Amino acid sequence: MNAQVTAPHIGTTAPASNLLLAVDGVTVDFDGFKALNGFSLTLDRGTLRVLIGPNGAGKSTLCDTIIGRVRATSGRVIFKDQDITHLPEHEIVRRGICRKFQTPGVLPGLSVVDNLMIAAKRDRRWWASFRHGVAAEEKARVADILETIGLADRAAAPAGQLAHGEKQWLEIGMVVATRADLLLLDEPTAGMGPAETSQTAALIRRLVGRHTVLVIDHDMSFLEQLDARVTVMHQGQFLKEGSVAAIRADADVAAVYLGRAKENIHHG
Amino acid sequence: MDMSLRKNTPLSGLLPGITVGRPLVLTLAVVVLGVLAPWLVSAYELNLLARFLAMALLAMGLVLVWGQGGVLSLGQGVFFGLGGYAIAMHMKLAALADGELPDFMVWSGLDALPWWWVPFKSPLVAILGVVLVPGALAALFSWAVFRRRVGGVYFALITQALALAFATLLISQQPSTGGFNGLTDFQTLMGVELGTPAAAHGLYWLTLALVVGVFVTLRALMASRYGLLLRAIRDGENRIRFLGYDPTPFKVVAFTIGAVLAGLAGALFTLHAGVVSPALVGVVPSIEMVIWVAVGGRNSLAGAIAGTLAVNLAKDGVSSAFPDLWLYALGLVFVLVVTLLPGGLAGLVADAGAAGWGKRLKTLIIGEAK
Repeated sequence: MNAQVTAPHIGTTAPASNLLLAVDGVTVDFDGFKALNGFSLTLDRGTLRVLIGPNGAGKSTLCDTIIGRVRATSGRVIFKDQDITHLPEHEIVRRGICRKFQTPGVLPGLSVVDNLMIAAKRDRRWWASFRHGVAAEEKARVADILETIGLADRAAAPAGQLAHGEKQWLEIGMVVATRADLLLLDEPTAGMGPAETSQTAALIRRLVGRHTVLVIDHDMSFLEQLDARVTVMHQGQFLKEGSVAAIRADADVAAVYLGRAKENIHHG
Repeated sequence: MDMSLRKNTPLSGLLPGITVGRPLVLTLAVVVLGVLAPWLVSAYELNLLARFLAMALLAMGLVLVWGQGGVLSLGQGVFFGLGGYAIAMHMKLAALADGELPDFMVWSGLDALPWWWVPFKSPLVAILGVVLVPGALAALFSWAVFRRRVGGVYFALITQALALAFATLLISQQPSTGGFNGLTDFQTLMGVELGTPAAAHGLYWLTLALVVGVFVTLRALMASRYGLLLRAIRDGENRIRFLGYDPTPFKVVAFTIGAVLAGLAGALFTLHAGVVSPALVGVVPSIEMVIWVAVGGRNSLAGAIAGTLAVNLAKDGVSSAFPDLWLYALGLVFVLVVTLLPGGLAGLVADAGAAGWGKRLKTLIIGEAK
């Protein structure tokens, strides 16, 4: 049902189609302002994709639409061959999509380990919360993730006491703990220094394969470390797709960013 | 007011004192004293204590709803009233011969029992009604509201409107509800003569047993995965939703448990006080209920019991000496607690345990040392 086990299955039981997500001609209209305008995107299983674009290009709106926080005015979102456009948010998550928000969305009052335990719980229906005990498999998974995100020695600390970068890692850990097939990471390196940024890039690269990852970020050095295909958005529409090097060299992409810079100069 | 949104340190004030050792001994000592109370205090004092303990059931429900769930309800009086009226209706009917009507109906010119009174002839229906009527109403109401993602101050205002509407309805339907005077003058409950010392003691012990039972049960519930998720939803409803949980049923369950406990409290209070009336269920009493818990500590079950006893004892003292002053005194206490002691009495005890009384008093007077 929900949360198909990600890692070992891929490759052994190859799915009929390698396509995991298809955003199909989605328009999101906020009272006349088209945050997304007939935007399409496909993601194959086990791949990494980076989404860039100037502010207001619609990157976060795209994530919001996939996860059900914002509803498409027209168009469809297809996940694992099923239309999820109109499902309730928690149902979309249970199908295997989880999102890291731009500002860290950890639960500040709960301990680091409780944050992860909540994310790792398989049966998320309310009546299951009355059952006692935690599955050994969930415990092992949480211990594993604590090691991976480097927070094993902070496990008992309230999440609110973590440094900003640690909160980002904890939230990435939570998103991974849900066993989602598709991880949406919105600005995972926001507020991080260069060292933390490279660690985050390494962490994300380790996730790819077991998970499909869509990253939104601006930081060029981070993109180079990720070394993934890049999709460029502009004004809610698709602009370009290619390798990091190709995108860097692209005249249209440069114009979009430069044009934005010029506008800023005019208005500034 | 941001009371419902305020995030106090959620776990530090939680259940101070029931962890291990000395506090457990203290708790048991309090329970033993409670059991022996009928021989230690006067009949009048025992009746007061019984009423306050009944109210403490409601207060513990508010710990779950407000403290743990972050849902401020200003309408607990409605559920308290439903429980109280359910048992009161039965007692009115049980005192009558076949075909007779309660006296206030006769005076109002009714010639037949309203249909919704009829099932309450059965003691079983009445006792089930005490918990099921408030529970069902709370479940339906809160499901409809939480599903639309209405929360915080808006939810508090809706529940306050509910309390106002309920009290107004009771008063306006005088022929079938007893109106402003409510229902009173009860003789027997299931064949037991009320008003005898034996009945008073029995009802007191029943109340005490329920307080202990609810305390233990809620404590386990708060320590369970459900409790963890309820606090998580309080602190970050959207994060929880986007981890694949539907927050609505978690909050509905908490609100329903709170309402069931309020109904139980209302029924027991009615038995101890011998009366239930709109004055006990409206806007002002509903706010008072929240204040008991604010004073005691909204995340502490022991604190909620202590707060209920303390505020009501004070009310009994102040309002008999200076009837006009009580509401002002209560308002002042509330402001002081919210500004100086967000964790209530329980927070004070927990901090005192951690830092010592002297330091805590200093902090209270001159502010945080850091």
